[in-house]
Amino acid sequence: MKQNNISERLINGLIKENPTFVLMLGMCPTLAVTTSAVNGLGMGLTTMVVLALSNMFISLLRKVIPDKVRIPAFIVIIASFVTVVELLLKAFIPFLYDALGLYIPLIVVNCIILGRAEAYASKNGVLSSLFDGVGMGLGFTCALTIIGAIRELIGAGEVFGFALMPESYVPCSIFVLAPGAFFVLAVLTAIQNKVKIAGEKKGRDMSKIQSGCNSDCMNCGESGCSKRFFDESTKEKEDDLEIIEITEENDLPDVEEAAVRKEEEIND
Amino acid sequence: MIKDLLIILISSSLVSNVVLSQFLGLCPFLGVSRKTSTAAGMGTAVIFVITLASAVAGAIYKYILTPFDLTYLQTIVFILVIAALVQFVEMFLKKFMKPLYQALGVYLPLITTNCAVLGVALTNVQKNYGILTGIVNGFATALGFTISIVILAGIREKMEFNDIPESFKGMPIVLITAGLMAIAFCGFSGLL
Repeated sequence: MKQNNISERLINGLIKENPTFVLMLGMCPTLAVTTSAVNGLGMGLTTMVVLALSNMFISLLRKVIPDKVRIPAFIVIIASFVTVVELLLKAFIPFLYDALGLYIPLIVVNCIILGRAEAYASKNGVLSSLFDGVGMGLGFTCALTIIGAIRELIGAGEVFGFALMPESYVPCSIFVLAPGAFFVLAVLTAIQNKVKIAGEKKGRDMSKIQSGCNSDCMNCGESGCSKRFFDESTKEKEDDLEIIEITEENDLPDVEEAAVRKEEEIND
Repeated sequence: MIKDLLIILISSSLVSNVVLSQFLGLCPFLGVSRKTSTAAGMGTAVIFVITLASAVAGAIYKYILTPFDLTYLQTIVFILVIAALVQFVEMFLKKFMKPLYQALGVYLPLITTNCAVLGVALTNVQKNYGILTGIVNGFATALGFTISIVILAGIREKMEFNDIPESFKGMPIVLITAGLMAIAFCGFSGLL
C-alpha cells in the first residue's frame, strides 16, 4: 500500500498509531472529559476538527514558515482554529460547551495536535495531511468514546444515557469521579504493556507502542511530545535528570527566543 | 476580602487539586516524579511560573483585551504571552540571579506551555477573578501541584523495590497510586 494513501492514513490513525491506545498522547483531556460516552464523543470530534484543519493549514504553509519559528507559528495556527471551534460550539451546541468547559481552549496544548503538525503535516502534502488529521482524530474519538462508555457503564450503569445494567446493579460512582479515570487508564496501560511484552517475546517490533507520559512527554504542547516521533531509541530506563538534560538539548529555547524577538518587533 | 482569598487558597490547592481532580499538568506529574528532590524542584518552578503567568495574563486581560473588546482572542494571546514570559524569565534568571537559575533553570523549559499554566490563566478569566484574586488562585493551584507531585514522588521512591506484576510495572502502578491519592484528596471536599 502506498505510504501517503488516503485510506492508509485513516487506518494508520485509527489502528496502527492510535494516539490514545498506542502512542499515549494527550492524556489530560482523555482523563478529564470521559465521564460519559457523550462527552468523550464530543471532545473527540472537536479535537478531530481542529486537528484536521490545523494539519491542512500547516501543510499549506509548510514552505512559507521559517524553520526557526515553526513551533510558535504552529501554535498560533492551532490556537486560531481552537478559538473558531470554541465559538461555534458555544453558539450551536451549548450543552457540550458547558460540559467540556475549560478543556476546549486547552485543546491548544494537546500533544497530539502539535505532535502531528511537527511529525507529519510540516513534511507532507496537503491532502494526505488533512486525512492524517482526520484519521488521528477518528482514532482519538473512538478511544475517548470507548473510555467514556466504560466509565459511564461502571459508574452509572448506562451508555449514552441508556440503562444497560440490570435494575439490581448498584453503580460504582467512583468511576465517573476523578479517581476512576486514573484506574481506567492504569488498566489500559497495563493491557498495553501486556500486549507489548507478548509481542516482544514473539520477536515482533513493538517499539511504536509507548508507555505513557513517563519518558519524554514532559510538556504537553511543546515539541517535548513530538520529539518521540524522531528518536525512539533513547527510551525506557532513563533517570529523571537525564530526561531533563535530553529535553534541554532540544532546540526549543532558540525557537522560543526567536518568538520573543518576533513579539518585540511587533510591539515596536 | 482576606476570607475570600483564604477560601480560594484552600479550594484551589486541596479541594479541587489541579492534577488529581482536574487532570491538568499530568505530564510533568507522571514524568518528573521519580525522586522527591527533582519533584520538589519542579514544584517550585511551577509555583514561580504560574504565579507570574497569572499576574501577567490577568493584567493583559484587564488592560488590553477588555478595553479593546478582544476577549475572544484570549486563548491565542495567553499561550503566546506565557511562552514568551517563561523564556524571558529564564534569560533574566540566567543573567541576574545565578543561584536561582541553577535551582530552577532546568525545569523552566519544561513548563513553557504546560496545560496547567494556560488552564489557570483561563480559569481566572472564566471565574471573573481580579488580578490579585487571580494571583492567589494561581499560587494556590501551583501549590496543590507541588503538594501532590512531592507526595507521589515519595510513594514512588518507596515502591521502587516492591514486587509488582510484570504488566503493571512502570506507568500503570503509578496511575493506580495517583488514583488512590485522588480518592484521598476527595476527602478534602468536606472542608468547604
